[in-house]
Amino acid sequence: MSAIALVGDVPREESANSAVIAVRDVVHNYEGRAALNGVSFEVRPAELFGLLGPNGSGKTTLFRILSTLMVPVGGRAFILGHDAAKDPSQLRREIGVVFQAQSIDVKLTAEENLWHQGHLYGLHGWALQGRIKEILGRVGLSDRAKDKAETFSGGMQRRLELAKGLLHGPRVLLLDEPTTGLDPGARRDLWQYLQILRDEERVTVLVTTHLMEEAERCDRLAILNEGKLVALGTPAELKNEIGGDVIVLEAKDAASLSGKIRQRFGIEVQVVDEQVRIERRNGHRFVTDLVEGFPGEINGVSIAKPSLEDVFIRRTGHRFWSELDRDHSADAETRRKPAKASK
Amino acid sequence: MSSVAAQSTVVSSVTADELLLPAFTLWWREVVRFYRQRARVVGVIASPVLFWLVIGSGFGTSFRSGGSGENQHYLDYFYPGALIMIVLFTSIFTMMSVIEDRKEGFLLSVMVAPVSRSAIVLGKVLGGTTLSTIQGLIFLLFAPLVGVHIGLGSFLLVALTVFLVSFALTALGFAIAWPMDSNQAFHAIINLFLIPMWMLSGALFPLSHASEWLRVLMRINPLTYGVEALRDLLYPASQGEFSLQASMATLVLFSLFMFGLAFLMVNRRTTKPAA
Repeated sequence: MSAIALVGDVPREESANSAVIAVRDVVHNYEGRAALNGVSFEVRPAELFGLLGPNGSGKTTLFRILSTLMVPVGGRAFILGHDAAKDPSQLRREIGVVFQAQSIDVKLTAEENLWHQGHLYGLHGWALQGRIKEILGRVGLSDRAKDKAETFSGGMQRRLELAKGLLHGPRVLLLDEPTTGLDPGARRDLWQYLQILRDEERVTVLVTTHLMEEAERCDRLAILNEGKLVALGTPAELKNEIGGDVIVLEAKDAASLSGKIRQRFGIEVQVVDEQVRIERRNGHRFVTDLVEGFPGEINGVSIAKPSLEDVFIRRTGHRFWSELDRDHSADAETRRKPAKASK
Repeated sequence: MSSVAAQSTVVSSVTADELLLPAFTLWWREVVRFYRQRARVVGVIASPVLFWLVIGSGFGTSFRSGGSGENQHYLDYFYPGALIMIVLFTSIFTMMSVIEDRKEGFLLSVMVAPVSRSAIVLGKVLGGTTLSTIQGLIFLLFAPLVGVHIGLGSFLLVALTVFLVSFALTALGFAIAWPMDSNQAFHAIINLFLIPMWMLSGALFPLSHASEWLRVLMRINPLTYGVEALRDLLYPASQGEFSLQASMATLVLFSLFMFGLAFLMVNRRTTKPAA
């Protein structure tokens, strides 16, 4: 709505109003290949906001634009009223950024890394020393302050990354896939810490992720697919729009089965990856009808409360593809592969 | 258009906070990091020393240097060239860290900090310059072995020459490394461009021995003036191709040009991924 009013050059205050981060019709492409195709959303103060999307959905591109590393081809992005493309140096003071890649220098100690970081942000002397002590305590690295970062575990290195991002006390924290390569315990710790930051320090946090269970922990979510915003809302809102349960049927011939179901019950049926998907209130009763109605055609049935992946499938018509790493969605991926090959 | 806007903000908002402190801290990191990697320190000193001893001894006295007319042992002739080689290796390999920093997230975290891009060039280039100047001066400890005994004045001029060559080569290394994303490509440039540049600097053979077209190449090669200046200072008896003043002035220009080049590279702001 406000995006229409914002066409053209708009004074800073107006675009800022209540939103901490405002993304307006952002378009970007890499040598002709579209990466972002008119994405708009706002992030409110002290919100833990998730940017969920599979690889190649454009979330990293958007992250680069917000963190001033890249100028978008079209549209504008604001943080606290500063235009990321036109006013990068003001914006940079307001944000803390934690990258997916390792940005600490492992040849330096934890303390030295933070001295370096502080100097980049114009902090120095006793003030910086005090701040370093404080932040190392907060991320639980006080006793390792004098150790080189190369001796740290993955989780500790991530905590040092976080300390780096928070050292100058930014009001907005941007994190790109911050839990990559972390074990479940370290992941949980990091998310707990983000929640503490939001609640106690009123820091606005924007985090990109391709993990559903992380997205579940956000206050609000923007789901991206192929450069477009496909869903925006709280995890509960998004899941509620799928009325009832999600039923997935394994069938010999998913296409014909789905046609028959549509014909007999007059309901909406999706075929995703050779599986029939149905959204239905009181799914457990409906399953009985289905199994009795189509004897021999159904090989397997599953019924579950809607998940964010179901929201994604509903909006895009395909599964939430994910890279093969150690997370759950990847496990699901590898499990499905042999089944396909055996056909 | 946006790059013009970005450049004007760079120029207008350069303060101590955005330039000097970040440049200092980047310089500091470069130096600390180098000396924490022992293998690098040894490699950068040892290989030119080996080169110097092997090649120098190999040619022995069969080599007749141009200017002085009398036989000079090749170890002596080759000494300034080996020193320049140390400087070249340290400067260039130090700036390979630009590519490493880019591959990891380190450079990203510097680019999203409120520092002017000039601080990145200044810090990194001065860091590399410091290292290669120190490495070059360490090699001067061998000078008495080739019969060179210089006074304080000459020593300071030698140090200045080494500094200028280091600075120019580090800035050149920075400008080459900045747009690159692989070490392999950087090595290719070193082999194709920088090593030949060193060979044609009078380090291995004097200008006066070279054929006409080689002499042209050598005369437009800025490194030639570094080698010439060092030779002038270390062997005052030898007659160089250029006067010391001319060599030094050329080195100053070379340094400024290379730094300007590095500065321009880093201040481009594009719609492509910055890192």
